[in-house]
Amino acid sequence: MISRRNLLKTSLTASAAAIVAPAIISRSAFAADPILVGSLHDQSGTLAASGVPMVDSLELAVKEINDAGGLIGRPLKLITYDTQSNIQQYSQYAQQISVRDKVAVVFGGITSASMSAIRPTFNRFRIPYFYNTFYEGGVCDRNTFCTGTTPAQTTQKLVQYAMGKSGKKAYIVAADYNYGQITAKWMRKYVQDNGGEVLGADFFPLDVTNFGSTISKIQAAKPDLVLSVLVGANHSAFYRQWTSAGLKDQIPIASTTFGAVNELATMDAAESEGIYASFGFFDELTTPAGSTFVEHLKKDYPGIPYIGELGAATYEGVHLWAEAVRKAGAIEQMPVIEALESGISFDGPSGKVTIDHATHHTTRSAYVGQVKNRQWSVVESYPDNPPLDTAGVCDLIKNPRDSKQYVIDI
Amino acid sequence: MDLSIILALDAIGGATTLFLLCLGLAIIFGMMKIINLAHGEFVMLGAYATVLSANAGVNIWVSILLIAPISVGIIGLIVERCLIRFLYGRLVDSMLATWGLSLLIVGIVTTIFGNTMMGVPTPLGGFAVGSYRSSYYTLFLIAVALTLMAGVYIVMKHTRFGLVARATMQNPAMAATLGVNPAHVYMATFSIGAAITGLAGGLLAPISGIAPGMGAAYVAKAFITVVGGGAAILSGTLSASMLFGPINQLGAYFTTPVYGEVILFLAAISLIRLLPQGISGRFLKGKL
Repeated sequence: MISRRNLLKTSLTASAAAIVAPAIISRSAFAADPILVGSLHDQSGTLAASGVPMVDSLELAVKEINDAGGLIGRPLKLITYDTQSNIQQYSQYAQQISVRDKVAVVFGGITSASMSAIRPTFNRFRIPYFYNTFYEGGVCDRNTFCTGTTPAQTTQKLVQYAMGKSGKKAYIVAADYNYGQITAKWMRKYVQDNGGEVLGADFFPLDVTNFGSTISKIQAAKPDLVLSVLVGANHSAFYRQWTSAGLKDQIPIASTTFGAVNELATMDAAESEGIYASFGFFDELTTPAGSTFVEHLKKDYPGIPYIGELGAATYEGVHLWAEAVRKAGAIEQMPVIEALESGISFDGPSGKVTIDHATHHTTRSAYVGQVKNRQWSVVESYPDNPPLDTAGVCDLIKNPRDSKQYVIDI
Repeated sequence: MDLSIILALDAIGGATTLFLLCLGLAIIFGMMKIINLAHGEFVMLGAYATVLSANAGVNIWVSILLIAPISVGIIGLIVERCLIRFLYGRLVDSMLATWGLSLLIVGIVTTIFGNTMMGVPTPLGGFAVGSYRSSYYTLFLIAVALTLMAGVYIVMKHTRFGLVARATMQNPAMAATLGVNPAHVYMATFSIGAAITGLAGGLLAPISGIAPGMGAAYVAKAFITVVGGGAAILSGTLSASMLFGPINQLGAYFTTPVYGEVILFLAAISLIRLLPQGISGRFLKGKL
């Protein structure tokens, strides 16, 4: 039985709590005003198979940081835009994320064309920008950090390894745009550095689907090795037609692009078997950090496509930025950039990744893999590769005001 | 010597692929003057039908030769009933509507199957000519193209349906007064055109990259060939394919793939300039 006095007492306590509660809640909300993290990736359209694992990796990194109590006492909040494999959307969302959302940092861009489209916007609005894709190298910009690998880190190792396994004469087939043209130049250089010879190089617009005449041309040249920088679904027809002519077992292929996304999942074993590639990360890597990362992502995102370097470098990019924010104790542009330039490093899924002050690229591990039964088997690891290609043209310590992409003279 | 045999095969292979890609479009365009901008997407649907059924365990030849044309033929029938039949005689509207249709199909396929797709391996394997190698599948494509050509010729020339279809094509009003229902003829022709396009997609599936956007790579070349060929469905498409396919392949061989494309388009522009009615409008008048 409840006495009248008791009832009065409890209701008084309750109403007191009701008055005080909002004050407490709102004060804690104020202290934990989230830090906004921007993401611009193609989650639909032709590049979606690349963009989806990048965004998933980004979400995983943000979640880990939040679970560990956030940064400088504040949680992170991700603002994601789907750029739909369309450069125009990149420009538009870059404006929106800078002006309306006012994010503290942006991770994004897949093709180097999309990176070129949005980089100036973030310079103008003073928002640090991370580009996490492997690309042709040469970007030199104090506000931009490129965490992916460049040709000196992967192509060099790939050419050296594959030539060691096959022979001195190579033939290059490449996509006909910036990335393909520049990577082919690097391949030429590395083939010559290893005492070899390039018998020919062919470039293909992205909508070429019939490779019959090129396959004949390659056979006429009789190379020991085919080096491929082919890009996209149309170009994957090359590997099919090459296999169906029965050349697969006669001349090995090494590629800087094959298997970066989900080629292995979409091709028959006979078409991919034995192809060499080099990247900053393979899902099949057996290091503890690598397999934990892949396990976490597969658990949280059951349908995730191949993660690869794109996902790993994005994840590492977020953690590098987070380290810098912790060190600087701030999220503003200059303190964060200075902290990143102080030699910040992170032990990520691909190994130790360190930001290089002079180039704003990373010193990181590279791996050469070979396809065995629709899986990558990592055949060689090269730890601590500095971005030597970009270092040849870019010195942000001497010229901190530099802000352009150099075409590296090879 | 070996090299010239291989090159000849490349050239004929190029012509064959082009012919297979264009025949369905030529039937639809030649008979009904409908510009089907969703042609590339019909190719893609044929490829998807083949890949999906082959991956589900259906025999690869059944998937290519039966499932692809039948399923795309049915889709063509639905499209004709729901969209195309309102657009006969409205050229510009039909272009706009079929372009929208192509976006819709790409969107639907992406939503259901995602952006990439497990492909099928090329059946048959390769053979050697001296020190060069080529693929038996190219020979198979040539055989299918020849069969298809003969089939279309016989149907058009020697069956009642072919007679009615040709009559409707020449003068729909007159055909109607003689008791033919042009709407039914159009419906049948459109789905046959779609089925042949689906077959082309199925045939290309084992040697292409399979993705929802793959149709875009084919549509421009297909249109150039049909326009270059002119009004005659079979002889026009055949002659234009025999011209453009080898030009493209040999151009790519002797220069670079980029110039191979440039030479193809230059040849097409010159041809249209010299023969505005296409090859068949000048040399093969009145032929099928």
